Amino acid sequence: MGEIEELRKEADSLKDQITAARKAVQDTTLQEAVASITVVGRVQMKTRKTLRGHLAKIYAMHWGADAKLCVSASQDGKLIVWDSITTNKVNAIPLKSSWVMTCAYAPSGNLVACGGLDNMCSIYNLKGKDGNVKVMRELAAHTGYLSCCRFLSDSEIITSSGDCTCVLWDIETGTQKTIFAGHQGDCMSLAVSPDFNFFISGACDFTAKLWDIREGQCRQTFGGHESDINAIGFFPNGNAVITGSDDATCKLYDLRADQELITYQDSGIMCGVTSLAPSFSGRLLLAGYDDFNVNIWDALKAERVGVLAGHDNRVSCIGVSADGMACCTGSWDSFLKIWN
Amino acid sequence: MSNNNASNNLIIAQRAVKQLRLEASFRRIKVSQAAAELRNFCLQNASKDPLLVGVPSSDNPFRPPKSCSLF
Repeated sequence: MGEIEELRKEADSLKDQITAARKAVQDTTLQEAVASITVVGRVQMKTRKTLRGHLAKIYAMHWGADAKLCVSASQDGKLIVWDSITTNKVNAIPLKSSWVMTCAYAPSGNLVACGGLDNMCSIYNLKGKDGNVKVMRELAAHTGYLSCCRFLSDSEIITSSGDCTCVLWDIETGTQKTIFAGHQGDCMSLAVSPDFNFFISGACDFTAKLWDIREGQCRQTFGGHESDINAIGFFPNGNAVITGSDDATCKLYDLRADQELITYQDSGIMCGVTSLAPSFSGRLLLAGYDDFNVNIWDALKAERVGVLAGHDNRVSCIGVSADGMACCTGSWDSFLKIWN
Repeated sequence: MSNNNASNNLIIAQRAVKQLRLEASFRRIKVSQAAAELRNFCLQNASKDPLLVGVPSSDNPFRPPKSCSLF
């Protein structure tokens, strides 16, 4: 018993140390550093395309690397690959389990993945010989729902799960290469760093964690949110992380200063953040909320500079294409919209 | 039974301390430097950010140039 007591005291002391060390480098605030910059002018975007075809709530979408194709997942039991410019459906893939919560497009464009309440991540080959899209691998080992997945390449994918872990998989062999354990609540979302060396996860323990993919270690933990983190993304230069939470706020954490630099909140916003995506330069933060809207924030000045209103139900997912040319929103109203 | 619980709790506590030691040893940079670099990245890339500066319809792949034909 004595040993556990000592370890708990040491843990508390270390937490105090971390708090003090973060304060020690706080020689200014982001607010002060951008005081001389004017807020971005009102941002008005229009719906350029509406992608119609799903028959039930859309839970996830992900742009392909070519900034033209994107994949969406709906609880109608389908994964649809869309040509966002023509609005044509390139592939409509029927799923074994309709309880899908996430989908991902491989950087190569060859594969897509999805998963959900089946606790599995299913990998589909879009470029099969006979033209039919088939399940290539079923990655099964999680003991909880699959909340998010992101490809590193055609041979590796990272998943986050309601079982509180994230996993790096070898797609060829269908085995777990690394298990990232440490969160004390369901992992809800993950994002891979631009250099592919790290990933971040947001969880129902109100924290975000930065993981070294090859070392298999959690490097940093960021707190401050007062409820589940549903959405997470990297700032485009890879040096900061943005989170969206059920506490109705988004936060930006700088990785090298190891602390929160700014909170995006407004007394008029009282509903949870479901999804987020930064614009190409990082200056705009687009965040989807439970109240059916997307709010556009000036990421440096933390002021709301626009709204995307057009969905008739919760915006569940959002993504900005790789060339920054358009934003795609997916909603429980079964439609995807392309905006710019 | 209680022995197993006790040793499990011990392992969990040891892991928590090990992780906290790692996170405490992180080499932090000053917020002034971090903030300046975020600001500069935004400003330097602003002109390349279509959603920020707007896209002229002629260059917008999602917006075909308008043409009216009356037959």
